[in-house]
Amino acid sequence: SLCWLASGPASVTAAPVNYQTPREAAAFKPGPNLEVVQGNCTACHSADYINTQPPMKNKKEFWQAEVTKMVKVYGAPIDDSDVGKIVDYLAATY
Amino acid sequence: SGFGSTVALAEDVVTLPFANGERPLVKYPQKRPMIGLTSRPPQLETPFAVFNDGPITPNNAFFVRYHLAGLPYDLDPDKFTLDVKGKVDKPLKLSLKDIRKMKATEIVAVNQCSGNSRGFFEPRVAGGQLGNGAMGNARWRGVPLKTVLEMAGVQAGARQVTFGGMDGPVIDKTPDFVKALDLDHAMNGEVMLAYGMNGDDLPFLNGFPLRLIVPGYYGTYWVKHLNEITVIDGVFDGFWMKSAYRIPDTPNNSVAPGTTPKATIPINRFTVRSFITNVADGAKLKTGNITLRGIAFDGGAGIKEVAVSTDGGKTWTNAKLGKDLGKYSFREWKLPVKLAAGACDLKVRATSNSGETQPDTPRWNPAGYLRNVVETVRVTVA
Ligand code: HEC
Repeated sequence: SLCWLASGPASVTAAPVNYQTPREAAAFKPGPNLEVVQGNCTACHSADYINTQPPMKNKKEFWQAEVTKMVKVYGAPIDDSDVGKIVDYLAATY
Repeated sequence: SGFGSTVALAEDVVTLPFANGERPLVKYPQKRPMIGLTSRPPQLETPFAVFNDGPITPNNAFFVRYHLAGLPYDLDPDKFTLDVKGKVDKPLKLSLKDIRKMKATEIVAVNQCSGNSRGFFEPRVAGGQLGNGAMGNARWRGVPLKTVLEMAGVQAGARQVTFGGMDGPVIDKTPDFVKALDLDHAMNGEVMLAYGMNGDDLPFLNGFPLRLIVPGYYGTYWVKHLNEITVIDGVFDGFWMKSAYRIPDTPNNSVAPGTTPKATIPINRFTVRSFITNVADGAKLKTGNITLRGIAFDGGAGIKEVAVSTDGGKTWTNAKLGKDLGKYSFREWKLPVKLAAGACDLKVRATSNSGETQPDTPRWNPAGYLRNVVETVRVTVA
């Protein structure tokens, strides 16, 4: 509940916030190796991070760079053997 | 009925004017329907029509940007504490009550996401594909950061101050979101710890119960759910300063489209921008008189003038500026114009008090920041 809202700007209430977001609706588009992508790319964020990326000219290069960034920069625990499958799915699907 | 479902569909989706720009309109607690970019973590864009309602963006329409999905959904405002530590004489642990008891100040200031308008970049770049709605203007209430740092007593040799919030990564290997400001910036009396926004508490998604306000600077510095302030004697080298949120170290901070800059610096002040808010792109207007209206803002010099063109940029007329709410605020403008029949490009261009103005062609950088090209609204007049 959001009861702290009702009591005005100068208030500090006793209840924890318990903010609730709506149910996550975004899903990956169907495509080859869909399950590998679902298993590897939703731990840290929703699928709409991927769905909303622009349609690039060189899809393979773009998605290879994104997956590499997830692994190297953000520490995504992805098996080397899955990387190619994920890039193929993304380049074919987005 | 068929009619009912058509209406529901039309209300549930918006299309931003670039490829792959379809977005759901989503409803979150404390927010009106917003343009949904991502759901985990929540990222919400303000529907652009809101900016025509006045210079202050309502709390329930203010954009939301998070990086990491570990949000403090269950935070208890009574147990909340702000830690002030590092190179200080007296480390502090302040409760929300302590902070609210201190002498309050207010400032009206724009917050804008560094990636606002990224979807319009050509060539397109990775990142949040935003239209123009990742910005907003609010009256913030809180205490100057300077006051809190003085209470703690900054030690000689201190160089920067870092800021951490309660939101964090969902796995350990992802770098936590921490930002830094130089000490003299942190102590300038304008940077502020805010608990109030437009006369209310901060909405949860805008950083309840406390966030940093860095007037004139991009939103990346406005750390939400702020609970950790650390004074350091070096230059902070965390990922979100050293590798992310960097702009080319070139004139205008731009490079040739599609190329990589040789050297970069941390993103800092807003570029100057202006928008027409009462006419949408593609609108059909009647011939004759209409008053064009909109907003302008910059990184803190304040707006000197706003010029409008109704002939695609051949001739320009200065608009009348609205009430001055401070140099960090949206500045409203309006101009009565007469439109002749035909297709017509409306343009608006702001100039700041420091002489900075908007370019006719877009500048480009690989991260999709700083967009401030002169905006064009294409209309048909009949
Ligand atoms: C370990 C956590 C983690 C995993 C696993 C992960 N990501 Fe990400 N991803 C991130 C973070 C953190 C961001 C940046 C969030 C931000 O700044 O808003 C991000 C952002 C993105 C973006 C937005 C564009 C960008 O470059 O910021 C895309 C696209 C993306 N991820 C794709 C993927 C794909 C594809 C996978 C699976 C192969 C994946 N992610 C797995 C953490 C992760």
